[in-house]
This record gives sequence, structure tokens and C-alpha cells, in this order.
Amino acid sequence: MSNFYLDTPELKFHLAHPLMQKIVALKERNFTNKDQFDYAPADFEDAMDSYDKVLEIVGDISANTIAPNAEGVDAEGPKLENGRVYYADGTQKNLDAIVQAGLMGITLPRKYDGLNFPIVPYIMAADIVSRADAGFVNIWGLQDCAETIHEFADEEQQAKYLPRISKGETAAMDLTEPDAGSDLQAVQLKATLIDGQWYLNGVKRFITNGDGHISLVLARSEEGTSDGRGLSMFIYDKNSNAVTVRRIEHKLGIIGSPTCELVFKNAPVELVGQRKLGLIKYVMALMNGARLGIAAQSVGITEAAYREAVAYAQERKQFGSSIARFPAVFEMISRMKAKLDGIRSLLYETARFVDIYKAYEHISKERTLSAEERAEMKSYQKLADIFTPMVKGISSEVCNQAAYDSLQIHGGSGFMKDYPIERIYRDARITSIYEGTTQLQVVAAVRGVTTGGYLAQMREYEKVDVKPELSGYREYLIAMANEYDEAVQKVVAHNNNEYTDFHARRLVEMASNIIIGHLLILDTNRNHSFWKSTDIFLKMAHAENRGKHEFINITNPGDLGKYKVQE
Amino acid sequence: MYKIIVLAKQVPDTRAVGKDAMKADGTVNRAALPAIFNPEDLNALEMALSVKDRYPASTITLLTMGPPRAAEILREGLYRGADAGVLLTDKAFAGSDTLATSYALSCAIKKIGDFDMIFGGRQAIDGDTAQVGPQVAEKLAIPQVTYAEALGEIKDKIIVIKRRLEKGVETVSAQMPLVITVNGTAPECRPRNAKRLMKYKKAKTISEMSNASEDYITLSNERPYLQITEWGAINVDPDPTQLGLKGSPTKVKQIKNIVFQAKDSKIITTEQEIEDLMKELIDNHTLG
Repeated sequence: MSNFYLDTPELKFHLAHPLMQKIVALKERNFTNKDQFDYAPADFEDAMDSYDKVLEIVGDISANTIAPNAEGVDAEGPKLENGRVYYADGTQKNLDAIVQAGLMGITLPRKYDGLNFPIVPYIMAADIVSRADAGFVNIWGLQDCAETIHEFADEEQQAKYLPRISKGETAAMDLTEPDAGSDLQAVQLKATLIDGQWYLNGVKRFITNGDGHISLVLARSEEGTSDGRGLSMFIYDKNSNAVTVRRIEHKLGIIGSPTCELVFKNAPVELVGQRKLGLIKYVMALMNGARLGIAAQSVGITEAAYREAVAYAQERKQFGSSIARFPAVFEMISRMKAKLDGIRSLLYETARFVDIYKAYEHISKERTLSAEERAEMKSYQKLADIFTPMVKGISSEVCNQAAYDSLQIHGGSGFMKDYPIERIYRDARITSIYEGTTQLQVVAAVRGVTTGGYLAQMREYEKVDVKPELSGYREYLIAMANEYDEAVQKVVAHNNNEYTDFHARRLVEMASNIIIGHLLILDTNRNHSFWKSTDIFLKMAHAENRGKHEFINITNPGDLGKYKVQE
Repeated sequence: MYKIIVLAKQVPDTRAVGKDAMKADGTVNRAALPAIFNPEDLNALEMALSVKDRYPASTITLLTMGPPRAAEILREGLYRGADAGVLLTDKAFAGSDTLATSYALSCAIKKIGDFDMIFGGRQAIDGDTAQVGPQVAEKLAIPQVTYAEALGEIKDKIIVIKRRLEKGVETVSAQMPLVITVNGTAPECRPRNAKRLMKYKKAKTISEMSNASEDYITLSNERPYLQITEWGAINVDPDPTQLGLKGSPTKVKQIKNIVFQAKDSKIITTEQEIEDLMKELIDNHTLG
């Protein structure tokens, strides 16, 4: 029986990271749940064993239910009837299996019927499911909304909605509108308060799983405002029957995931948290969680693309030999694998940072944190804030490149519907667009460049002891960090925001190359099997960074005029 | 509500047959093949669970006979929704053929006591006999319905069953208590449930507890659901002459390795060729 968790030993490796000891202790509040709930762990080993075994269930369902359904779901897609969405047959079967397996509400506390898992195993499940069907992971992954409800809604709302998500109801985050895509400050959906009850009127567009049971909706609650400070967050319950689906978009990829246009007609809703904090606080938190989810989706798709490439290259014979033996082909495959190992390592590093600070955040609602704990929370939060846009931006671009290269290896056959890579290629395309385009991730990530956040973290990695045989790689990365710092200084010295933005993506990519390099060295230090990827990645990264550094050297703000689009 | 027993067997995964699947003497090399929950027994478990879905107060007891490690499939069943597991294990059962197995199972079922339905897979993938289910029904002197694919109405003690036969579907109604053997075309078993897995992963039989820590024994006493029932021959009060090798009329004379020799398939088109082929197949007893 194939299993997408067990057949990828890298997953178990990342699950076993030393920092998990701290994460699990925080998440389990030192295992105080064990007498209240028969499924709560008694200690660290017990918790880790549970994550491992539950991921085995995820791997089983992914390999034996979700993956075999992917082709049919892609061909059939969801249907719209009388303003309601009906999933493709395979999607519904996938969802049934996931719900029967109890894989909703994974990170929610047990008092809301959740599994109380940290982010790391949850993100790992997303990584595994994405490999099976990138479209399906969206419907399943919207349980992220529960995390936002858990964080910001009041006790009563949590008790009302969270157990429903744990039991299998699906969610949606209704943010974008026809004139508010990347710019969410322009949201117009109108929220009106009548006799203590909020109602919504207007239209939302491009809403993934828009017909889900429980939706988080961003709407304008403050009449006369026009920016983000007039927006609040609301919960809409499908049982109210006041929102209809006007249209399901016809998309290039992730066809199984219904992307809806919604019409709100006097839809009764509940306010989440405080008025006016909808965009500036709650959506930012929601989006950060969702971005990590898209990074996981990107890693899962990259895994799928890589496996398809290897399988086809070994099986396909040309000029009397399998094409995997040709340097032009094996160079592409090995580069794909090195980047896959790299972005996966960055994904779980980021997930660990998020885990620690989120756990402290929840603990701070139960008791006062010590000064030391508060400082630790802040430092992990800072890291999570700069790592999240980096991993989303970089992994989605790597995923697109992997899908492109894998299809290329398939040649003409890859262009036909006969092989899964044709679907994977289409599914990959959205990852660098939704939950903020790569360009917007760079806007968020560049703060890590200009404030020195990335550089400081590189210096931290440099201090970690590694085996002597890896010190050469380490030296390499120290030189790359110096070169990166030089490039950053050169750009910011001009004190010209437009010029900094012009080079922002280059600088973020340089930083990510170095950070991924460090992570791969640390992985190799723990498990020798990563050495090939480390060597391949570092040489490639070194050459790339050299080129970017050189480009920065030969440009200056005076060049910008030549690049501008004529109006 | 109904009292349900599901018969299950741990089998070598014959779908994963590789070069070392057979030993030199022609017997199955069990060590080389992963031990799994017999696939059609999983269909049977699902059918039992579907009854429990309809009548949630129903109870499902999973019964297996085998070596101590067969407890693995009992845990597997608990993860998927069974309420309890019973392992029937004893050296006295070694070498049982289907008749001796059916006899031992029927003794265990009597010991479990009151029941309405017994489900089992149509056959196990290691022996492919499809005899155990029907023989258990005979030993217990109750009705049997084989090749079940779906259940219809269940009312009082009457159950409607759709059977998948070679040339079509037959719908029958039968009187409880009864034995139902389930076809592979019935719905696949639901997945393991995460919370149930975490709850039952530490469940053990007495044999498995032999070198358990003090802490585990305390835990197991606090949580009785962690104790998987294990019975030896003595617990089910059998007639010793009907057990194991002694109780097995099946004697294996010889086992041969078969290598398929035909390399290409023959395409026949004329009436005469078809007639000749039919004759050949009937003559060599492939058909009829």
C-alpha cells in the first residue's frame, strides 16, 4: 500500500527536529490534558508518536484516495446549481475520508474537539495532501480560519463555531472583491448595524470554497471611510441562507477548488473582535497563516513534479538510453531536488518559529508570561514575520520552475493530458499569485533586508556547531553573507525607496539563498543524506548571488527611467 | 441496536509478491511479505460500521485467530471504529485448516455470547478458499448470506442484503442471527480516525504486556479499554480433537511452483477456432 508520508523520509526527518521538544512542551502546557482527554499525550515521546502515526493516516488517504481522484476532479470540477456549489464527486469523497479520519481542526485545542497539534505536523499534512491534489488542499486547508477564530473571537463564538470545524464543516475567507484584490483597503462590502445585529450587503469575488459552512468576511463597518481602518471582520454562518453563489470561475488550474463570486443580501453576521481591526490586525494574522499554507502547497506540488520527472526520465528511452542518463536532463532533475530539499527545510523552519510564538501568545491569555518568555515570543514572532513572506514567495517560484522543468523533461507527452504533469503544471501556477503575489511577498520580506533581520539570523546560523567536513560549506556561506550585506548597503545608501523596491526581489532572493544554504548544512549535519542537495544548492546559489551582486554594482537610481512603462 | 461480530484475519500481503515470496519448499515466505488486514475483512468491517452508523448504540467486536502479532489488526480495527477486539491465539490452533479454524472461531463466538450479525470477508488473500465464513455459520447452525455487497432495510431481526453474483445482483432478506460474508466490491473501509488512533494506540493483549513497564500497567488498569481480550484454547472450551492439525482433514500432498510459459496471447477469430478452444478448456478442466 503506498503512503505519501512513509515514502518521503525527509518528512519524518523534519518532524524530528530538536526544537520540537520545546514546541510540544509549550503546545501541551507540559501535558496537563492527559487526564482529561483519552487521546492526549502523556509526554513528549507520546506526542511525537501520535503526530507520526496521524501523518501516516494522512499519507495513506493522500496516496490511496486523494491522488487517484485528482484526475477525475480536474476533469469534472465543481458545479453551480441554484446559487449553491456542488463539489466534484472525487472532491466529496476526499472530504468524506478526511472527515472520517478526523483531520479537521488539527491545531485546535481539545476542548473544541481539535487534535491540539502544533503547526509543524499540520503544515506537514498540508505538504503531503498537496502532493496528492493541490486543488483539494485548499478546501481542507481553510481550517486555518478556525485558528483565526480561536485567536480573536470571543469565548462564546469559539464554543459555537470551532467544534463544528473539528467535526468536518468547511470554511472560507471572504476578502477580495472586484476592485479590491491585492489592495484590500479598497473593500466595499457594506456592514450595517441594526438593533444590535450586523448585516452584510454587496459582492465578494475570487472566494475559495465560497459556499463553505463558516466564513470569515472582511467588510466596511464604518460609513464614510475609504481605507483599511474602516474595515471589520465578521463570521457568516451558511445556515443563515443569505448569501448566494453567483458564479464559479473557470480557471487554469486547481479546478476542484471552487472559486466563487458571492452576493450578500442582508446577511446576518457576527462581529469578530473589535471594530476597525478587521484588516489591520485580523486579516494580517489570517493571511500569515494562509501564506504558510501556500508555501506547504508549493512544496507538495514540487515534490509531485519532481517525482513525475524522475519516473518519466527513467522510463523514457531515446537514442538507445533512458533520458535520465543525459546531462541536460539529470542536471534539471538534481537542481529540482536540491531546491525541493531547500524550500522544505525553509518551510519547517518557518513553521517552528510560528509555533513557538503562537503558543506563547495563547499561553499569555491564560497567565502572565515571564519577562524571559515575553522576550522569546517577540524574537520568534519577528523571525516568523520575515520568514513567512520569504518562504511563500520563494517556494511558490521554485514550485513553478519545478513544474515547468518536469513538463519539459516529459517533452511532447507532458503537453498532453496523458500524464499528471500537465495538471500539476496548471495547478502550480496559482501558488505565486494568491494569498499575495510574489511581488507583494517581496514588499513584506524586504523589511527583513533593510532592517538587518535576515543578516542577523544568518549570523546566528553561522554560530551553530557543525561537523568538520561541513566547515568548508560554512565558510562559503559566510562569504556569501558578506557579499549580500555589501549589496544591501550599496542599494540602501542611495536612500531612494523606488530604487530599493527595484532591487527588492533580488535582495530577498539573495538572502533566501544564504538562509536555505545554512538550513541545508544543518540538515546534513543531522543526516548525511542531504549532502548532495547541499552541495548542488550552494554552488548554484553562490553563482546566482554573484550575478545579482554584479547587477546591483552596475546599476544606479539614474537607470530607473529606462525601465519605466511609458504612459 | 445490534450486537455485531466481525471476523478478520491477518494475512501476508500477497499483492506485494516479489522474488522471495515463496520458500524453496513452495510455502509462503511470511517474513518477506508485510502482514496486513485481509482486504475483504476490511469491507466486512465497513459494512458492520455502516450498521452502527444507522444504529449508533450497536457494538462491534472484532475477532481474529492467529499468532500474537495478529493483535495489530485488532488495533487497526479499533482505530477504524470497532468497539472491542478479541484475539484467539494458542499453539493448539497451529496448523488449522479452514474446518479447524471455523470450529475454533465458532467456540470463541459462543464464548462472546449474544450476537445478531457476524460479518466476515468473502475470503482471505492467502488461501482464497472462501470456506471459513460459511463453515462458521454451519457450526453455529445459523443462516448465512455470502457475497454481500450492500445492506438494505434492517427491521427488527430481518435484514435485506444485496449479493453480488457472477451474472448479476440478488437481493435477499434473512433472519438474524446470521453470518454475512462480504465481497470486495462492497464499499471500502473508512480510514483510521486520528483521535481513535491516539486513544487506542497503546492497547495491548496480555502477551504483549509481558514485558510492560510499571507505568504502563498502572495506565492499563486505569483505562480498561486498553486491554485487548486474548483467549487461548482453554478459554473457549473446545473439543481438543477438532483443533489444529488434528482437527484438519486437509492434507497438503504437494506444492508446485507454476511458471506461466505462454509469451504472446493468441487471437482467434473464426467460429471453428473458438469451438476448438472451448473444447480444449473443458477437456483440461479449466472450465466446467
